[in-house]
Amino acid sequence: MTLNHFLDLALGRLDWHALPFWEMIEQPTLSHIVNGSIVTAAASLVVLGALATVVLITRFGKWRVLWSDWLTSVDHKRIGIMFIVVALVMLARAIIEAVFMRAQQAVGLDGGFLSAEHFGEFFTTHGTIMVFFMAMPFLTGVINYVMPLQIGARDLSFPVMNSVSLGLTAAGAALIMVSLVLTPFSTGGWSGYPPFTEASFNPGAGVDYWIWAVTLSSLGSTMTGINFAVTIYKERAPGMHLFRMPLFCWTALCTSILMIFAMPPLTVATAMLALDRYLDFHFFTQDLGGDMMNYVNLFWLFGHPEVYILILPAFGVFSEVFSTFSGKRLYGYKGLVIATMCIAVLSFTVWLHHFFTMGQSPSINAAFGIATMLIGVPTGVKIYDWMLTMYRGRVRLTIPMVYALGFLILFVLGGMTGILLANPSIDYQVHNTLFLVAHFHNMLVPGLLFGMLAGYQMWFPKAFGFRLETRWGYRAAYAWIAGFILAFFPLYALGLLGMPRRAVGFIEPAYLPWTIIAGIGALVVLFALFSLVMQFWLSLRHRHENRVPVGDPWDGRSLEWATPAPVPEYNFPVTPEVSSRDAFMREKDLGQAYQRPAEYRDITMPANSALGPILTVTGFLMAFGLVWYLWWLVLLAGVASVGALIARSFVRRTTKVISAEEVRETHEAWLRQVDETQAVKRDKEQDTSNRGRPAAPVSGAVQ
Amino acid sequence: MTATPSRHPGLNLGRAHQEAHDACEVLVFGFWVFMMSDLIIFGLLFANYVTQLDALAGGPGPGELFEMKSAFLETLLLLTSSFTYGLASYCLKYRHGRGWLTAWLGVTLLLGLAFIGFELHDFHKMAGEGGVPSRSGFLSAFFALVPLHGLHVASACLWMVVLMVQMCVHGLDTGVKTGLVRLGLLWHFLDIVWVGIFSLVYLGGLA
Amino acid sequence: MSDSQRQSDTIDENERRHELGSYLWGYGLALALTLVPFALVAWSGWPRVTLLWAIGGFALVQVVVHFRFFLHISLARQKREDLHLILFSTLILVLMVGGTLWIIFNLYGRMVPELLP
Repeated sequence: MTLNHFLDLALGRLDWHALPFWEMIEQPTLSHIVNGSIVTAAASLVVLGALATVVLITRFGKWRVLWSDWLTSVDHKRIGIMFIVVALVMLARAIIEAVFMRAQQAVGLDGGFLSAEHFGEFFTTHGTIMVFFMAMPFLTGVINYVMPLQIGARDLSFPVMNSVSLGLTAAGAALIMVSLVLTPFSTGGWSGYPPFTEASFNPGAGVDYWIWAVTLSSLGSTMTGINFAVTIYKERAPGMHLFRMPLFCWTALCTSILMIFAMPPLTVATAMLALDRYLDFHFFTQDLGGDMMNYVNLFWLFGHPEVYILILPAFGVFSEVFSTFSGKRLYGYKGLVIATMCIAVLSFTVWLHHFFTMGQSPSINAAFGIATMLIGVPTGVKIYDWMLTMYRGRVRLTIPMVYALGFLILFVLGGMTGILLANPSIDYQVHNTLFLVAHFHNMLVPGLLFGMLAGYQMWFPKAFGFRLETRWGYRAAYAWIAGFILAFFPLYALGLLGMPRRAVGFIEPAYLPWTIIAGIGALVVLFALFSLVMQFWLSLRHRHENRVPVGDPWDGRSLEWATPAPVPEYNFPVTPEVSSRDAFMREKDLGQAYQRPAEYRDITMPANSALGPILTVTGFLMAFGLVWYLWWLVLLAGVASVGALIARSFVRRTTKVISAEEVRETHEAWLRQVDETQAVKRDKEQDTSNRGRPAAPVSGAVQ
Repeated sequence: MTATPSRHPGLNLGRAHQEAHDACEVLVFGFWVFMMSDLIIFGLLFANYVTQLDALAGGPGPGELFEMKSAFLETLLLLTSSFTYGLASYCLKYRHGRGWLTAWLGVTLLLGLAFIGFELHDFHKMAGEGGVPSRSGFLSAFFALVPLHGLHVASACLWMVVLMVQMCVHGLDTGVKTGLVRLGLLWHFLDIVWVGIFSLVYLGGLA
Repeated sequence: MSDSQRQSDTIDENERRHELGSYLWGYGLALALTLVPFALVAWSGWPRVTLLWAIGGFALVQVVVHFRFFLHISLARQKREDLHLILFSTLILVLMVGGTLWIIFNLYGRMVPELLP
């Protein structure tokens, strides 16, 4: 075997052209230099970021802590936090990409500075990241952290599988990050429609990056869904009937059911596309009986329920926010539960509205259009319930509440444009224009991101034991709202003017003022991101003044607030008994909060496992090998994955015991701290005097 | 006094295996949820197959490629294996030795492997007659659906071998018992999917 | 041996016989429901459409038999979550598969009629 053969085998189709600066060295035209520099800068950022992380961890000697307290941990709280870290990193990248796209369109009259190819990569990674590697991990992380606490459980039903879900999501995210260093990424959009993404039009590695990143994420999400659903069905504390669960748990349940049934169509679609590309199958090709309409159908069988996977948890967060910060019971609890379930089921009946213009008969379009409009009904119920929760409550305008109010108004506007789009004849006019882009950002930015950010602000003190700083927090919240309005409302106008989505440039001068306003909006959003970073940094520096060790800084209503902040690994020293909705608020009302348990017992907790991190590495390597045709790597990593799974099945010591004595000491110390802590009134909750113990409200307040 | 309360549908291990019986409640429910998610995958591949029935692109179709005899044999093998797995579950619950259990599992494994063998032989023969997935949309759809089922059966066989080795290492402990209960569900489930395949793909194609 | 012990043994004995019977019945019925459609396709010479309906009917019954006798799913067990799960999955399956066939065959009818069955 000659050296060349060996290299071919070892490196697959990897060559110099994969390097982000190669093209501008080979053909140093202005356009290549501009685009090449941007990619090279991004790639350097990835490489330097990774190096800096490694150096810092080594310098502070944290490898052991990282491994045994975090990576191999199967504690739902730590896994939740790691999911959110992945989400925030990816959020930063995707926002920066969005700013580049807005900047391109702001100067896009007759050109702009990005090449069409590069712009295509921008909108593809932006969409893919925002949906699969920002939104999904963010909501998975929040549910992971909060839901078991709210139902009074010690962990999820399958803690190791939870760690594997995190691992697969992280592997997918890593694959997308690596695609910046070893280019290109797909230009087929986040939905990756064939035949454009078939081998005949797109033979390069880009689409394969997209396929495997999305596949890893969808496998992880399916497992997450199974885990959440089983946990909610089987691990609730005694007395926690389904209809006593906080609404957030209901939305978590519906989201997980959607994950269980809606991720398979995506897996099928991406797997078929992969078979087409790798093994010359003909599912979606243009010749030999392939039919790309099948792909569109499959993709949106997943895609529409996905919208509700994203939005429902945010609805849950907002339900908690509205009732907590209005100091009132949630209005219309049962109505909200039923509305959530209706949305979950209806979401499986509307997928065709994503392709009204594909050519099916008007009667089919009408049927799906009507089903789409029907979803507006339960959603409307929810909006009114939230407003009535605030009605006659004592509303405190905290940061989560700012996000919630922004959501309420903006989401209704977005919903209205959705009702417009649900009408097939209107859809024919504006489909594939920026009107659509404006619409779904109008649903997902307020309806998902604001919800997650509100949840982050509300539950951060629970997770880390100190409140977040408020000044930059408010700036971030208002900048998000203002930036969103500026960036996306002009897109409605542009869409009505006929500007197509995903356009790298345009020749119509009438578009220009609107694209410039949208560009300014993107900068405001960038400032919001910066404010979040500042807020986090300042909070970290002033953490000692803002500690809330008692754990109930907002006068919360559900069980998670009955625990110390940060929460001990076992969550509750003894499993709580629940006798009503808003379990913790009721205890506080009756003066029965912070009770000393009659006796302490040993607590059995799941032991750490290395399976998650191992599958992260093997999953990533397998996907990477598939992208670059490194078959030896695929084989090795595949065998290693199966081997790890089998080895794990032989492990019998899967639990560890926390002794009653240790639980007693921790808990008694905390109870002493509760006694010593001065209770604060609700209106002082953003003050440093707030140590996490709320005073009972003035008598006569609506509870 | 009533019979042992069941913790989940399917064969409940019962009083004699209290620890494993209790552990099964969550594990088996979780496994059911997984299978239902898997069912959606098969359902969509069935639907895709039906839409591609006439996408022959001039290539060979069901009439030329399918053979009733081997489909019939495969069906009998898998059905019998489902039955013998049932007997294995039965021995797990009521016979407290490992002899009969191992014997029935062994028979099931052999039947499963024979099924895979016949199936591979079928595919090989089809390929010889030009029935390869790159030939047409119809054949692509066929080769997405039927081999995926075969892959499931192969994975289930691997799982069975792993469980048998575990039985040698750890004895018939809770881990092995709960594993056998879940594998049983998967085995019966795969037979149900095969009912769909032989009816729709083979009999439907040859009718 | 105490009374209650003896009583529980009889119950176990009944359960045992019942479960063995269940597998035997299941095997017998499934075998019959397999043989008939194969025989029909091989020898009956019925028109294709009738055959297809018959095959579909036998398959559906056989699926129910498997669920009932091998997987022990029935309508009267204490734990209902699993039954609800199966019914809900069936609903979603019907929506997805039915919707797919409806949409795709409608598209064929309007664009590529040669792909219609």
